[in-house]
Amino acid sequence: MRKVAIIGAGCSKFGERNDVTVAELAFEAFKPAVEDAGITPKDIEFVSVGTAGAGAWYEENLPAVIISEYCGLSGAGLIRCEAACASGSAAFASAYWAIASGQVDVAVAIGVEKMRQIDTLTMVEFIGRSGYYLWEFHNFGLTFPGYYAMHATAHMAKYGTTEEDLALVAVKNHKYASMNPIAHLRNRITVEEALSSPVIAWPLKLYDCCPITDGAATVILASEEAVKKFKVEDPVWVIGLGSACGTANLSKRKDFVGLESTVIAAQQAYKMAGITPNMVDVACVHDCFTIAEIMAYEDLGFCKKGEGPKLIREGQTEIGGKIPVNIDGGLKAKGHPIGATGIAMLYELTKQLRGEAVERSRQVPLKNYIALAHNVGGTGHYCYVTILKR
Amino acid sequence: MSLSPTMLPTLKAREVKVAPEIPISKTLPFWEGLKQGKVMATKCKKCGKIYFPPAADCGSCLSSDMDWLELSGEAEIEAFTHIVVRPQTFMNERPYTVAIGRLEEGVRVVAWLTGFRKSEIKVGMKAKLKAFVTPDGNPMYVFTRPD
Ligand SMILES: [Zn+2]
Repeated sequence: MRKVAIIGAGCSKFGERNDVTVAELAFEAFKPAVEDAGITPKDIEFVSVGTAGAGAWYEENLPAVIISEYCGLSGAGLIRCEAACASGSAAFASAYWAIASGQVDVAVAIGVEKMRQIDTLTMVEFIGRSGYYLWEFHNFGLTFPGYYAMHATAHMAKYGTTEEDLALVAVKNHKYASMNPIAHLRNRITVEEALSSPVIAWPLKLYDCCPITDGAATVILASEEAVKKFKVEDPVWVIGLGSACGTANLSKRKDFVGLESTVIAAQQAYKMAGITPNMVDVACVHDCFTIAEIMAYEDLGFCKKGEGPKLIREGQTEIGGKIPVNIDGGLKAKGHPIGATGIAMLYELTKQLRGEAVERSRQVPLKNYIALAHNVGGTGHYCYVTILKR
Repeated sequence: MSLSPTMLPTLKAREVKVAPEIPISKTLPFWEGLKQGKVMATKCKKCGKIYFPPAADCGSCLSSDMDWLELSGEAEIEAFTHIVVRPQTFMNERPYTVAIGRLEEGVRVVAWLTGFRKSEIKVGMKAKLKAFVTPDGNPMYVFTRPD
């Protein structure tokens, strides 16, 4: 297998983007990524597009080809990846493998989602159908907040996690989003506001849930040879990659206090990278709901099982703490355009590792120059863990 | 041309309505069982694995030789949620509680939890899985109070 680096990254403004089509939105992330890499579209041999809602909540059925044409990529190899909310990471993995295998030298992974063209309750319907339609939605109307709320009640019962602990995650992530100009929700909130916000699926309240967001992100990947050829000054190397799937039926999981797919994907990624969790300087983890971030701390090995609430209470996941997490505002406040999310994490971490272009107030201190992205599709239906090193 | 809710110019895409027919020939005893008040699972004759939701094929040993068995319905609740914001097609329902219960047989079931006050519902509590037909003819199963 060949070494693979991220040589360019771009991200659109996240939020309600009814001013652009899916291709125009993708372009907003593609152009800065290509410029960042110092290449042209003609240098790109393979295109991988992550998006989940095609033909359902936005109009194009086969968006990858629309997007690649719009970005001037016709002629390159093309694939569209769906891994629910981890579609972006699946696209990244495909681009990675295309280079690592020796097939191509330069590839692009584009993640994009348009979720705000339809009304909220229809979106709740679509996303709710994305667990196991026949057995969990058809008769029982489970929603995505509902799926994660069940993990929350299980975690609370087993470890004494409280609604305040969940609120602390939201408060932290809103704080960092307020410092991030491309974030969807830029208001700071208090624990009291979070606790008194309307119940969506108890114990999860409005401020425990990520917003419904439009957005796009792009990274350009290159082989070691291409890094030299294009004289890339700050390549960010992909040193670990792991992926695993969980059961579609939530009821078939071992327990509901964590995601086994995260544990498996993380073990693979740490092993490939040859590192331990305590060597990670900064992480973007999947916090579609506040309980998801707490479970991620534990499943990724940032703390022992059941100690996630302690980590957030002590402020250890803020900048200056043991392991800064979701310093871009996370899915919770930066937003969660599901096909773009995984690549938006890699965009943020690439900028962080280069110590550049991120607002100075959000720059984390770097010791080992190692960053980790954790992207879950569904409630652990898919999981990708990616480890980067400058 | 029209204006989107954000007052930006948009075109309305052509409307399409779909409601796929879901095949149930291979799980028919389950759906028929509900009408008789039974919740049925399958059990692999070769390796003994019990499947709920019922499966016609065993993912464990790849055998398709399955037995049907009726679940006892004795459950312990392992997780639950009170869903307030409902999907579009559930808008006519009152907010509902969904739970995961572990049955005596070792399998778990996702279903609505009814017949309890919200304050009574706790992880670890006992419930009974019951099958019935809704007034509009839909076979259904829920967790409710043990007899
Ligand atoms: Zn078997």
